[in-house]
Order: sequence, then structure tokens, then C-alpha cells
Amino acid sequence: MTTDSLLAITVLWGFVFIYAVMATMDFGAGFWSMIYINKEKTKATNIANRYLSPTWEVTNVFIVAIVIALVSFFPGATFILGTVLLVPGSLILILLALRSGFLVFSHVAKDYVKALTYVSGISGFIIPALLMLVLPITHGGYIEEVNGVHQLRFDVLLTSPNIYAFIGFAISSTLFLSSLLLADYSNVAEEPEAYRVYRRDALITGPISLLMGILIMLTLRVEANWLYVKMLNDLPILIGSVIAYLIAGLALFIPSAKHKKRIGRPRLAVIAITIQYLLASYVYGRAHLPYMIYPDVTIESGFTHPNTFRALFMTYIVGFLILFPGFFYFWKLFMKDKRYLKQNES
Amino acid sequence: MDDLVIARSLFGTTMGFHIIFATLGVGIPLMILCAEILFQKTKDPDYAIMARRWTKGQAVLLGVAIPTGTIAGVQLALLWPGFMEVIGKVMALPFQIEIYAFFVEALFMSIYVYAADRISPKMRIFSVFLVLLGASASAVLITNVHAFEGTPAGFRIENGEIVDTDPWAAFFNPSFFISAAHVAVSAYMTGAFMICTISAFKMLKNRKNERVYSFHKKALMLSLVIGGIFSLLTALNGHESAQMLHEYQPEKLAAAEGLFETQDYAPLAIGGFTDKETQEIKYAIEIPWALSFLAGNSFKTEVIGLNDFPEEYWPPLFIHTLFNGMVLIGSFLIFLSIAGFFWKKILKKPRFPKLFMYAFVIAGPLSLLSIEFGWIFACTGRQPWVIYRVLATKDVVTGSTQIGTLFILFSLIYVILGIAVLLVLKYYFKRHPVENELDLNT
Ligand code: HDD
Ligand code: HEM
Ligand code: HEM
Repeated sequence: MTTDSLLAITVLWGFVFIYAVMATMDFGAGFWSMIYINKEKTKATNIANRYLSPTWEVTNVFIVAIVIALVSFFPGATFILGTVLLVPGSLILILLALRSGFLVFSHVAKDYVKALTYVSGISGFIIPALLMLVLPITHGGYIEEVNGVHQLRFDVLLTSPNIYAFIGFAISSTLFLSSLLLADYSNVAEEPEAYRVYRRDALITGPISLLMGILIMLTLRVEANWLYVKMLNDLPILIGSVIAYLIAGLALFIPSAKHKKRIGRPRLAVIAITIQYLLASYVYGRAHLPYMIYPDVTIESGFTHPNTFRALFMTYIVGFLILFPGFFYFWKLFMKDKRYLKQNES
Repeated sequence: MDDLVIARSLFGTTMGFHIIFATLGVGIPLMILCAEILFQKTKDPDYAIMARRWTKGQAVLLGVAIPTGTIAGVQLALLWPGFMEVIGKVMALPFQIEIYAFFVEALFMSIYVYAADRISPKMRIFSVFLVLLGASASAVLITNVHAFEGTPAGFRIENGEIVDTDPWAAFFNPSFFISAAHVAVSAYMTGAFMICTISAFKMLKNRKNERVYSFHKKALMLSLVIGGIFSLLTALNGHESAQMLHEYQPEKLAAAEGLFETQDYAPLAIGGFTDKETQEIKYAIEIPWALSFLAGNSFKTEVIGLNDFPEEYWPPLFIHTLFNGMVLIGSFLIFLSIAGFFWKKILKKPRFPKLFMYAFVIAGPLSLLSIEFGWIFACTGRQPWVIYRVLATKDVVTGSTQIGTLFILFSLIYVILGIAVLLVLKYYFKRHPVENELDLNT
């Protein structure tokens, strides 16, 4: 592994991580606003929508950024991945298109907001499940070569417990992370009703997603043992990740610093969970190396031309310098500005 | 049908659908910016209302532009994995830089739409300006990939391996500037004529209501000025595009003009259909010597005919019709905007005759049609190559065989989104007629 290819895979991994957090939030918010659509009393739907309106477009750019980073850094992996992912990838695209379209429409056509909310709510947990499939597909065993063409083996895919563990994890952790973030968001927006609802949801979905995480490890041991063994090499970090998870849980039970009657410190929980995801995905990512698609493509064999990599990396640096103020301004306007957080209309 | 044909149909359908919303996403922000600036200059609240209403419409259009664009981007890798492998190694820069353009547009569009009431007028103008910049940059950059397909540069293929990679040379490939400019100015012109269509339509419906009528007349005049300027630029630059074809893709120009024999003093054929058997254009009007002049600014220019190329390299001959359609519409719209401006500002007539109004109403759809013609001409005219003289389309297509079903599914989605976007726009503007906003201001 050269430093260049390591650098490239790190950037890609970073995009995936940011997208995972932002998209989780996005998809989960859609789901929760569907669940609470009939409860006039709580502002839970409003809160979810207020978050969702300005962010989905920015979130969507990240998925494009991931695909572009994959294609431009690892064109060698593109060929196989593009071929095998034709069907699942197309399904994701179709759902995403429906979802984004109807999400926007529902802000404009208020009379139809219900029907439209169902579209974005239901797709809100199917899309993450499908997206997550990409991971186990790269673990090997699901791809076969027929007449020189790589094909996805749907029979193996649909009967693998590991796949279902990943799907379960995708859905439960989407709901967990988003309810946690929404709890924090409504706490900052001074909406105690909504805060109570989302805190409760986080407490239900949290343990489920931990369970799913454990199921992934158990099934991985049988179906992709190479990965399992390598992940256990980093056992201390894995333990650290579990500890971070426990801290997050604990944080939801200690009394609030600012408000006497409120229980829980959602900001602390969010930070702890982010650390937990970082640690766990670091271990996963490191164990996955050097393979991009086991055993056919490594980050070395799929790597782009060095000249292209250098030019790309330069644009990354310039691009981030230019974009950073934009992101900061955006964050200030929508995540921090009390006038926006507190307004009644979404 | 074989898989290659289905894959091409699927991708062509995706692009044909995306381009409608993408083009408007480049053109309408320019109109919004103009309205915002006019409002700051004249303090006429009508312009603020225009900006607000166009922004609302644009925000709805983005709900289709972005997901279909996402589909286009991912589909490139899914349907043409062999193409994207080469692009990833050589021509990754425009895609990468495009991401930054998307971010700029997405961030500032959200700010402009959702925080309009909390930011200063200066910041509002700056935000729309960045939206325009982001959208234009993404159009320019994606066109650059298309330009590279026509005039590849910055690499060689040696024994199946890509060598001598120079990503910046690929980026600044010979047709980049001309193609990118053509796409940008044609998008601005389309945005303007779409506004022209809407305001002319509303004027026809509100002849009696003087207040509403004059609101739409202001929008119409603005769109005629912007549309006029950019249709002129489109035509001038289109002429350069044709010269670029003459130099770099002569068989495409020959097919566009139905020219079989290489000759100087070549005639320009307008209309008609190319007949492969008799090697002539039927039912066309021929302007002697004009093609030579067009291709090289001199009647003596030798234009290469199709017979100088092996027939397997010939582009499909129907692109002649697409090319004609584009040029005809472009010329008509230049004429229309100049005539409209002349009628109103020089002759100082208060009202446009009906015939004029009907012409204004169809200007926007014609402009969009021209965009479709232009793209199908450019992409189909490049066949059988996906990268001209380097990579054949049939060699890069995916090996998967389930494309037929996907073609149906995606087409269905486009139909649903297309209908939904029209209904939503209709619903919103019915619910919020401009009268309400005008009343508030008087
Ligand atoms: C409103 C739209 C519109 C209008 C009025 C015109 N064009 Fe155009 N044209 C396009 C929209 C467009 C386009 C859709 O943007 C294309 C497709 C690919 C490209 O680069 O731009 C294009 C491509 C295109 C090409 C092919 C470039 C290639 O193959 O790479 C040529 C030679 C011209 N145009 C020439 C003209 C001329 C001589 C016009 C005279 C008025 C004209 N166009 C009007
Ligand atoms: C935006 C408007 C565009 C439209 C309407 C459009 C239209 C089409 C159509 C109709 C085809 C099928 C060609 C055929 O079957 O004869 C096609 C193919 C293709 N286009 Fe475009 N295209 C557009 C832009 C682009 C751009 C910007 C790129 C470069 C990234 C591009 C790359 C391709 C590729 C790779 C193919 C497949 C191979 C081929 O059939 O040539 N297209 N496009
Ligand atoms: C010349 C033709 C094209 C023009 C003028 C154009 C322009 C645009 C515009 C204005 C947007 C909205 C951007 C935003 O709001 O973020 C957009 C979205 C998008 N386009 Fe196109 N586009 C063209 C062709 C293509 C092609 C060929 C591809 C595929 C390679 C593509 C990929 C995308 C993607 C991925 C998005 C979504 C970006 C996001 O997630 O925000 N576009 N395009």
C-alpha cells in the first residue's frame, strides 16, 4: 500500500462517514415526521421537518461526492462495482429520486403533505437498508464471474444471515442516530415535548442497534471470516467503542445542567455516539484493507493514475478552503440561529 | 433488442429528462438575479415579486433536477463501467470540481430560499449570484467531459494500457471552451424564453386586468432583452462549434450537412432528408458555397464528405434534421426578440398583436426543444464512439443483462416525476396568484 492510495481511501472513507451521519439524520427525520404526523400536540414533526428542509440538498451532494471519489480515485474498482451493483444501485436511485422529489413537493403543496410524507417516510428506511448492502457485497462470496462478466449472486445474497444482520443494523441505527440528533435539536430549540418523544425513541432504538451490531459480528465470523479475524486484531478499540456507546446511554439519564426538570444531556450523548461510530468504522475499515472487493480488487490494483491523483488532491485542498466558509455560514444560519430554530412554521 | 441499444436508450432517456431541469436550473437563476438587481436599482416592488415567485418555481424544479442528476451521475458508472474507468484515470478533474460547484449551489440555494427573511439585500444578491455561479459551473464542467469525448487529449493507449496521463491537458481539451460556452449561453437563453412563455401566456389571459398585465409585461421585456442577447451569443458561438467540428470531427459535420463528396465551394443544405442510397439530400433548399464559408470563413474551404470515411464510422444520418432544427429555432428566436424589442421600444406601441403574443408563448418550449436537438445531435453524432477514435461504445457497456426491466422502471419514474412537478407547480401558483402579492404592495 502506497501512501497515495492510503490517503485516497481515507478521503473516501471520510466521505462515507460524513454521508452516513448526515443521511441517517435525513432519512430518519423523514421517518419520524411520518410517525408523528397525526400528533398535533407534540411539535415532533415540525422539528424533523425544520431540520430536513434546508439540509437534504446538501446531504444529497455527498452521495454524489462518494461516487465521484470512488470513480476518480479507484477506477479499477469501478468496473466490477458498477457491473454488479447495476440492479441494487438502480433501485436505490429510483427510491432516492422519488423521495427527494416528493420531499420538495410536500413543502410546496401543503394539502398533499400527508401522502407526500408517507413516500419520504417509507423510503426513509428502505434506502439505508439497500445502501448498506454494498458493504457485505465487497466482503466476497457474492460475486461470480460468468463468461468474463462479473455477476451478483442473488440466490446467495438473499439467503445470507449476514446480509440480514447488515440490513437490520442499517434500519435500527438510522432510527437510533436520528432520534438522538433530533432530541438534541429539539432540546436546543426549547421544545420539551418533542425532546421527550425523541429521547424515548432513542432509548428504544439504541439497544436494538447494538444487538444488530453484535449480530453482524457473529454472522461475519461464519461468512467473511477473514474480515472478522482482522477486526478482532483491534479488540481494544472495539471495546472502546462499546464504552462510548454506554456513555451515550448514561448521558440520557443524568439530569440536565440547564433545566432542573429535564433529564438527559443529549449533546453529550450525540458526541459519544459519534465517537462510537468513528471507532467502530475505523476498525471495520482498517480490517477491510487492502481489499476494496475481496479478493478481486485491492486499493493498489484499483488505484488511479498517480498524475491524476496528484491533480485531484490539489483540487480537494483548494475546494475545501473555498467551501469551508460556506459550510460555516450555513451551519450558523440553520443549526445555531435561534430565530430559525424557534420559529413555529416549518 | 441487444443490450447496447437498451443501455443507450436508458442513458439517453435519463439525460434527455435531466437536461430539461438542469438547463432551467442554470437559466432561471440568471433571471432571478436580474430581477433582484433591478429591484435594488428601481425600487419597483414588482421585481421583488418576480424574484420571489421565480425562486419558488426554481425550488420545485430542483426537486427533479437534483435526483435526476444523481441518477445520471451514478448511471454513468453503472451502464458504462468501461468508460468511467478511463474517465477516472484521465478525466476525473471536471467531475471532482463539479462536486464543489454542486456544494456552492446547494448551500446558497438553501440559504436564499429558507433564510431570505433573515439576510440583508446585499447578502441575498450575493447568494443568488453564487447559485448562478454554481449552476453554471456544473454545466460547464459536465460539458467538459462531453467535450473530452469528442476531442480526447492528455493520454495515449498503448497495448490496452493508459499511458502519458496529463489530467490538465485532458481538462483543457481542444473543444472545451467552445462547447462549454455554447451550453452556458444556450441555457441562459432558455431560462429567459421560459419566462417569456409564462408572461406572454399570462398577458393573454389578463388583458382586462391592467395591474396584472403590466406586471407580466415587465417580466416579458426583461426576458426579451436577456433572451435576445444570449440567443445572439448562442448563434455566434454555434458557428464556432461547427468550425470546431470541421477541424476535429469532420464526419460529424459531413453527416450534419448530408455531404457525401469532399469538395470546396460546398453548398449548405437546409431541411430535407438524407438518402443513403442515392447519396443526396431530398427536398432540401441548397445555398451554394455557404457550407464552405461556414466551415472555414472562406468559399474555398474544402469540406470533407462522408465517402472519405469507412461506412462503419458514419454517424447516423438523421442528425442532419436535428442540426437543422437547432439552427432554425435559434435564428427564429433571435429574430423574435429583436422584433419584440423594436416593436415596444422603438415603435413604442403599447400592445403586441396576437400573432406576436402566440410566438412569445411558444418561445420557451422551442428553446428547450433546441436543447434536446443539440444534445442528441452531439451525442448520437459521435457514434459509434464513446471517446472519439479511441474507445467504441460497444466496448464499454456493462456486461449485465437486466437492463430492459430497469429501462421500464426508470422511464416510469420520469413520467411520475414529470407529471408530479407540473401538478405541484400548477397547484402552488393557483393557490398563490400574483394578484394577492400585488395587492399587498399597492
Ligand atoms: C437553445 C439551444 C440551442 C440553440 C438555439 C443552438 N444550439 Fe447548438 N447546441 C445546443 C443548444 C443550442 C446544446 C444543447 O447546448 C449543444 C449540445 C452539445 C453541446 O455542446 O451543446 C449544442 C451543440 C451544437 C453543436 C455540436 C457540438 C458537438 O457536437 O460537440 C454545433 C455544431 C452547434 N450546436 C451549432 C449551433 C448553431 C450553428 C446554432 C445556430 C443558431 C445553434 N447551435 C443554436
Ligand atoms: C445533458 C444532455 C445530454 C443529452 C440529452 C444526451 C443524450 C444522449 C443520448 C440520446 C445518448 C444515446 C446516444 C445514442 O443512442 O445514439 C447519449 C449517450 C451518451 N452520452 Fe450523452 N447526452 C447529454 C449529455 C452528456 C454529457 C454531458 C456526457 C458526458 C459526461 C454524455 C455522455 C454520454 C455517454 C457516455 C453516452 C453513452 C455512449 C453513447 O451512446 O454515446 N452525455 N447521450
Ligand atoms: C450539459 C448538461 C448538464 C447540465 C447543464 C447540468 C446541470 C445541472 C444542474 C444545474 C444541477 C442542479 C445542481 C444542484 O442544485 O446541486 C444538476 C444536478 C446534477 N447533475 Fe447535471 N447537468 C448536466 C448534465 C449532467 C450529466 C451528464 C451528469 C452525469 C454525469 C450530471 C450529473 C448531475 C448530478 C450528479 C446532479 C446532482 C447534484 C446534487 O446532488 O446536488 N449532469 N445538473
